[in-house]
This record gives sequence, structure tokens and C-alpha cells, in this order.
Amino acid sequence: MRITYIQVNLWKYLLDANDFAINVTGLNKYFGDKHVVKDLSLQVGHGEIVGFLGPNGSGKTTAIRMMCGLLTPDSGEGTCLGYDIVTQSDAIKREVGYMTQRFSYWEDLSIRENLDFVARVYELANRNNVVDEALRSLGLTSRSSQLAKSLSGGWKQRLALAACMLRHPKLLLLDEPTAGVDPSARRDFWEELHELANKGVSVLISTHYMDEAERCHKLAYLSYGTLLAQGSAKEIIERQALYTYEVTGDRLMEISKILEHNGAIEQTVIFGSTLHVSGKDPSDIETALKEYPFKPIPTSLEDVFIHLMKTSTDNYGDADVTH
Amino acid sequence: MLLIRPFSLSRWWAIVLKEFLQLKRDKVTFAMMIVLPIIQLALFGFAINTDPKYLPTAIISGDKSEFTRTLISSMQTSQYFKIDTRYTTPAQAQEALKKGEILFILTIPTDFTRQLLRGQKPSLLFEADATDPVTVSTALSAMQGITSQVATKDLRGPLAHLSIQKEPFDIRVHRLYNPNGINQYNIIPGLMGTIMTMTLTMMTALAITRERERGTMENLLATPARPLEIMTGKIIPYVFIGLIQATIILLASYFVFHVPFNGSIGLAYGVALLFIAVNLTIGITISSLAQNMLQALQLTIFFFLPSILLSGFMFPFSGMPRWAQHVGELLPLTYFNRLIRGIVLKDNNLAMLWPNIWPLLIIGIVMMTLAVRFYKKTLD
Repeated sequence: MRITYIQVNLWKYLLDANDFAINVTGLNKYFGDKHVVKDLSLQVGHGEIVGFLGPNGSGKTTAIRMMCGLLTPDSGEGTCLGYDIVTQSDAIKREVGYMTQRFSYWEDLSIRENLDFVARVYELANRNNVVDEALRSLGLTSRSSQLAKSLSGGWKQRLALAACMLRHPKLLLLDEPTAGVDPSARRDFWEELHELANKGVSVLISTHYMDEAERCHKLAYLSYGTLLAQGSAKEIIERQALYTYEVTGDRLMEISKILEHNGAIEQTVIFGSTLHVSGKDPSDIETALKEYPFKPIPTSLEDVFIHLMKTSTDNYGDADVTH
Repeated sequence: MLLIRPFSLSRWWAIVLKEFLQLKRDKVTFAMMIVLPIIQLALFGFAINTDPKYLPTAIISGDKSEFTRTLISSMQTSQYFKIDTRYTTPAQAQEALKKGEILFILTIPTDFTRQLLRGQKPSLLFEADATDPVTVSTALSAMQGITSQVATKDLRGPLAHLSIQKEPFDIRVHRLYNPNGINQYNIIPGLMGTIMTMTLTMMTALAITRERERGTMENLLATPARPLEIMTGKIIPYVFIGLIQATIILLASYFVFHVPFNGSIGLAYGVALLFIAVNLTIGITISSLAQNMLQALQLTIFFFLPSILLSGFMFPFSGMPRWAQHVGELLPLTYFNRLIRGIVLKDNNLAMLWPNIWPLLIIGIVMMTLAVRFYKKTLD
């Protein structure tokens, strides 16, 4: 028994050495007749933070659930930490830290009891020390006997993350972990993520925040189940080959309405007191903008995502797809 | 290849502890599990009576003789009838019967006594509101006893030839185990199984659906805990609840309802433990089948109704048609009723109980297998 264990670990180590933390190809998932995830192929390298982006209902949660063995893909294959996502989900569950989108710890258990449950169910050594340490780093030692339901949204997220980190998983699957969390807590959270990544932990994190997307090593943009773009933020921006101009002045709303009908302009987005105008051909845009004060600016990730979202809605008009 | 052990005590214990803590915090449920047996005991033990007395009766008599007076006073002393003197004409009495104000009408014809003395075998008309057969049946059989008693008592001397002939042989009846025919002796031990069936099945039926509705199921599924660990871990706290319920009922049975306890207390707890385990596996099977808590409750009721009706708790098992007996034989309560009555009232030993123990073991094993099989390890 012991020897098999060592052999398996060795084998896994070799796999890890020249493989990805996540490597899935051609994943498909249907809910009834809705095709929720379409031919998804995604790679996450070791020590890499990959941001998973896309509008609500684009299949991010479904994709993450398939990777950690909570949903069975209808077709496709892949591995997570070297384990097959279809046949070895038990091993994946033990090795991967998965944080659900909705707080899914037990609200009628105290903070300590929740962590204690996790420590027991993962059979961690030095259970009490591990839990004490987690409470200390959360700063919740004095409130440890408080029921989880009494925590605010942000604290719940932090508790969930702490519970997820308790056993130091080599891969984290985080489904919108910072939704509803205040900016300073989000900054702390991302600092911690980068520290973990430096230690070799791989992270797949779904988010709607652009500032968070920019902090990822790589991004994957999913829309209506289809992976539209994958790569670093720079690569994704370059690949879209968009030229963006900033228009200033009043009556931006009116200008935006007028420009929308111009063929050279693919999108207009108001950012506070400025208007971002993007398109494929710079000279055409400049002609269209000649009446207004404008200057060229670098295309931001947000411009690209809005562009991706718009074009994908056009291409895959089945907007009724939800989760 | 997989390094996950099929059953880990540590993971199982994690589930058990979590369930104990949650049950401890859920004060309403906890109170319900303890108070419900007490309420049920009070209802079944004190309020429900299958041998009703003092039923309102009208007497339309056209004949006031020594004989009819004896008859009426015997009816009153039997305690089954309460003579309502407001109704004196047949029309009034019929209307009262229709309205449900009275349950019986005894009509004594005008020349009853005269015809009787002439040996003409006159008739008495005894009408009963038989819409509820259980209510009137004991009173009707009492009435037969009263008339034959009156006939033998009053028709003596020169009238003796009119009296009922004695049978050529005697039947000696021994009412064993419950000589006075006290209803509680049968009801109270039977109630133990009924209460446990209802509360324990329901609580465990909610156990997994609750996790699903609260959204904690996703988390539980993402842990390495195996189905068998989750299911058996979840039912452990309810084993204790079941044993507390059994203790309450056994104590009340002995001290409040004075039901004799003739058998072995160890055996009583032994079979109770087995029965608790079987009910919990049924509950957990329902829980893994149902999509939500409402469905789980509906399925529990679907299981509970045949259990009280066909198990021999309310109605005699041997009186049911074959098919109903076969259905009853699939229900754990049927066996438990026989076991607990056998132990409490008849001091059965293990060998005598065995024919009713092994079916419980089989039901338990089958249900646990089904539960593990139906349990979904994914969110699909």
C-alpha cells in the first residue's frame, strides 16, 4: 500500500514537472438543450494566475465545476494537477482548493467550527494548530466562536478563502472570490494570491473586475460558452487590433449616439467625463471625429472586453443562455 | 491508483460532529423531536378511544311493562347507552338520527310484552347510525348481550320456557397478556414505532435536501468525503434522538399508562436501535432521491401513511386482505410493532423475535445500498 503510494506520488511529480496545472481540451456541457460550454480548451501553467472573464451566464462557473469534478463534461477530456477530470475526481477534490461563487460554508456553525470541519474532512495533521494559524492570519481569533451567518459578505468571502487555503492546495479554483468585497480587502487578497503564485501555486480565478483582470498573468475570455480570447492582457489587446480615441467635452451622450451610426466606429463607451471611441481603421475614425476634440489613447482591456462582448452577442445571438 | 480510502473514520467523524453541532443549534427541531412523542402519547393514550361509551340513544316505547323497564335500565347500566328522553315520537327520533344528535333508536312495539307472554316471539327494532362502524360495533354487540341477559333474568318460573335455551357446551375465554382488554396496552407500545417512523424519517429525509437548498451541498461535494461517510455520519445524531424518544415512551408507558413491562429491557432497546437505524436509512434514501425539502416531506408522508395504516398499529394485521398484508410486510413498522408488543407484553425471547428481526436487517441493508446508489456525487 505504502509503496504504491510512493510510486503514484513519483509518477504525479513527473507529470507535474512537464505539464500544466490545468490542461483541458474540447470540454462541452449541455443543460437540457442549452449548450453552456462549447469546446473549451484551457491551459493553466504552474505558478500562473489565470483570470477567467466573461459576462454573467457565460459558462464560467460551469467550466470551473467541470474542472474540479463537480460536473461531468458531456464530452472532452483533460487533467487537473495530473488527474483525469472525469475518472479521478476524488483525487482532484482532495488536492484542489475550490471556492464557490456563493458562500457555501455552514452558517449555523461558528467560524472555528467551519475551519475545524474542513481540517478534519481533509484529514490534516496538527489540526488545532492549522486552524489557530488560519484564524490568526484572518484576524478572526477573537471572533472565532461567532456563527458564520453573523459575518458580513466580505468576511464570509475571506473565511471561505481561508478554509480553501487551509490545506495549502497546489491549485486554486476561485469562482468570483472578491464579489462584494471592499477595495482594500481585495488588494490584500490579490497580494496574497501573488505570494502564493510565487510559491508555485496555480490559480484560476473568475472575476468581473477589470483591475483584477490586469493583475492576472493570463486571461481567458468566455462568452456564451465559447472561449473568445486567451493570453496575456497585452496579447489579447493586440490581437483585437483596435484603435481607441478619447473624446472630451460636454454632450458626450449625444456625440456617442451620433457616432454609433458611423460605419468606421465599432464602439463608443462613456468613461466619466470622457468618451472612448474604438474602431479598426485609425484614419477613418479620425475623419469621423474631426468635429470634436480628440486624442489617441492606448486601447484598454476594458475597451477590448466590451468589444468582445458586443461582437459575441452578434455572433451567438442566443442571449437566453443563463448558467 | 486512487489514494482515497473507501471509508475514513476521520472524515466520517467530521460529518458526525458537524451534524451534532447543527442539530444542537436548531432548537425548534430539537424540541419537536422531544415534544412530539409526548403530545402523541397524550393524544393516543388519553383522547383516542376505540371503545366509546355513553352513546346517545332514543327510545320509542309504546309498551311500559316490568320487562321493558328492566331492558332500559340494563342498557343504562351497561354504560354504552345514554338515554335521551327528548325524542318520543318516531318522526322526532328519525330526524335526530339523521342530524347525528343520537346514534341509536330502540323501538318497542305497543303490545310487545303481551305478545312475548303469548310466546309469539315479538321483535324489537334497534336502529343504529352505522356510518361509523367502529363507533357502533361495540355498542351493538353489548346490546345483544343485554337482551339475552334480560331474557334469561326476567323470564323465570312459569315463563322459563320462553327463555333462551342454554348451549350444550361451554366456552371458557382466557384473555392472555391483556386480561382486561385495556386499549392502552396495545396502543402505547405500538405508538413508539409510529412516532419514531414519523420524526426520524422526516428529519433525515431533510438532511441532504437541506444542504442542497442552502447551497452548502456544493461545498460538501467538493470535499473528499465519500457518500457512505456523509450518509452514515448524518444519521448518527438522530440515533440518539431516537433512543431518547424510545426512553420517553417506555417511561410514560410504565408510569403514566401503567402498561406492564414483562420482557427484557435490553431486548427492547436492542430492537429499538435496529428499528431506528432502519428508519434513518429510509429517510436518507428519500433525501438522496428528493430534489428539495418539499419533495422530501411529501415522500416522507407517502411512506408514513401506509406505515400507520398497514402495519397493524391501528387496524388488525390479520384482518387485512392478502395484498395489503404483503404491502405491510415491506414496512419496518409492521415488524417493530410485533417485536415491541412481543417484548413488552409477552416477554418474548430473542429466538421468538428472530422472525421479525431479520426482515428489518434486510430492509436496512437494501435501503442503505439504494441511498448510496442514488446519492449524486456531482451537481449534474
